[in-house]
Amino acid sequence: MGKIKDRLTSMGEFVPQPDDDMIICRCEEISKGEIRQAIHDGMFTLTEIRRFLRAGMGLCQGQTCTRLVKGMIARELGISPLEVESTAARAPMRPIKMIVLGNEGKES
Amino acid sequence: MKRYDLIIIGAGPAGLSAAIEAAKRGIKVIVFDENAKPGGQLFKQIHKFFGSKEHKAKIRGFKIGEELLQEANHYGVEVVLKAIVAGLYLDKEITVQIGDEILHYKGDAIIVATGASENMVPFAGWTLPGVIGAGAAQTMMNLHSIKPGNRVLMLGSGNVGLVVSFQLMQAGCEVVALVDAAPRVGGYGVHASKVARCGVPFYLSHTIIKAEGEEFVTGVTLGEVDSSWQIIPGTEKHLAVDTICLAVGLSPMSQLLSMAGCQMQDTPGGFLPVCAESGETSIPGIFAAGDVSGIEEASSAMIEGRIAGLAAAEYLGFITGEELEGLSRELEKALQCLREGMFAPENKGRTIAKTDEGIEVSHTLLKKGYVDQSEILRFPGVRKASGIHPVIECTQNIPCNPCQDVCLKKCIKIGEKMTALPAIDPERECSGCGLCVASCPGQAIFLVNEEYEPGLASITIPYEFIPLPVAGDKGKALDRKGEEVCLAEVTTVRTAQAFDQTNLLTIQVPADAAMKVRFFRSLEAEPWVK
Repeated sequence: MGKIKDRLTSMGEFVPQPDDDMIICRCEEISKGEIRQAIHDGMFTLTEIRRFLRAGMGLCQGQTCTRLVKGMIARELGISPLEVESTAARAPMRPIKMIVLGNEGKES
Repeated sequence: MKRYDLIIIGAGPAGLSAAIEAAKRGIKVIVFDENAKPGGQLFKQIHKFFGSKEHKAKIRGFKIGEELLQEANHYGVEVVLKAIVAGLYLDKEITVQIGDEILHYKGDAIIVATGASENMVPFAGWTLPGVIGAGAAQTMMNLHSIKPGNRVLMLGSGNVGLVVSFQLMQAGCEVVALVDAAPRVGGYGVHASKVARCGVPFYLSHTIIKAEGEEFVTGVTLGEVDSSWQIIPGTEKHLAVDTICLAVGLSPMSQLLSMAGCQMQDTPGGFLPVCAESGETSIPGIFAAGDVSGIEEASSAMIEGRIAGLAAAEYLGFITGEELEGLSRELEKALQCLREGMFAPENKGRTIAKTDEGIEVSHTLLKKGYVDQSEILRFPGVRKASGIHPVIECTQNIPCNPCQDVCLKKCIKIGEKMTALPAIDPERECSGCGLCVASCPGQAIFLVNEEYEPGLASITIPYEFIPLPVAGDKGKALDRKGEEVCLAEVTTVRTAQAFDQTNLLTIQVPADAAMKVRFFRSLEAEPWVK
């Protein structure tokens, strides 16, 4: 979107779908229904959904579901997935144990 | 913190190629890769590559990988494995996990060649064990010698889906169906044909409704989709499978570039860095090469890597701008060659009705994966002739020409433009050496002799399955769609170093079957046969 989507945009009532219990984010076990509901509750960006539901915040760091969630936001809002803001990339890019992160900078 | 002239992230085809070009010019270069082995996807690629000599055509992917590693060693490239680059920051500093420590490295230039990851598609049951990526299947089979399953369904008819389907059969799996929601086969027709002639049914305009099973996959329900991708009620089909392979595209792993602050763009092909032709991103001195800068294949990745390596050398002052221009000109030409033909990026999504030669394309090929008997004769590689002669069932304009190069008798003509369809020169006499059969990466060339013996024809086919039949074996002669035409007897089996593991099986069949039979199945059938 690039700019803040008008939160007043109506996308109609939340209508439950038969496959709403299907898992979309495998790492955090977030279902399609939860994500759809979140979009209807006003989470229009991947970042918001990440923070709200933790979808894309697990072991694979969204490698699998980011694309899927993006498609779902686009479908619910009736826009192209290309219009949905991408997530910010942050270190660490791969899951790294705290004990390893604690060993940072020792080489000096 | 350690300092290097050039840091490369990813030791796949692009990263290694970049490292070689840089090291050749005296640059102190280090390559990090998170995997235990270098080479990226190359070592999973057991098939022969397309292209021409300069693209290492007709060489198997893993051999190209071995060559690259040798070259990298020769030039003293330092490759650090099991090294996970966790962050790429301003001023070209990276953090890397090596062992149980996070180390900092700083480069004067950085090349990101992190490749891509597989896309997934959700359907009921997609999280069941047994639903895997096609790349995962390749890793299991070709790197770890593990059979991914017994009865496999492949979703996706692009080159990955087609190539992996063939490899699954080579590994002894049965490919129960090849499914794609698109109305047309997405990958090369020759790849589709070699799968179809083994008897694999193609379900185009179909998708997976659900994977069945409680603890693991025991079956799958398919349904036909209409033009708006909706399932048509009443078209459900059940198939018993234990594995579902997904080959539904790749997404560039471009997060490091995005993190570094490179200008990015969201495209239908993924989240990509905005790059110059040299691979340079919006940040001077940070380059991207290979799939991370746009999904293509390994041959293009290697050239892009070389160009980025040279561009980094110029950025660092090891070569002049003029030298860079001179050196990249040839590489860019080679890269452009790979981006031509029916599968060129600009033709993505377009329906092509005719070949460059003005010949109507095979519609059966796009729907069912094989060229129908009624269509095959219109292509220039298919000619009836007396005596032994090649029949080239190559019907799409793709950048590939090893057949022309290997024919010592110059029977096969493609010409300067490597995407042209191969044609037979009727003036030249075929010696029956079989080099063309073995060299065709699409396994689309056959030697046919309609006058082998009175009433009998001989057909020589490329054969890459085990067990290898021996002369005298009897079996079924199959047509292009994998259906039995007649019985056949193996007359000779040829293997030679020049054939590089593609065996040439010559079978004899009744003369009227000469233009129909394209595969052989021994009566003591291969394990993947029902």
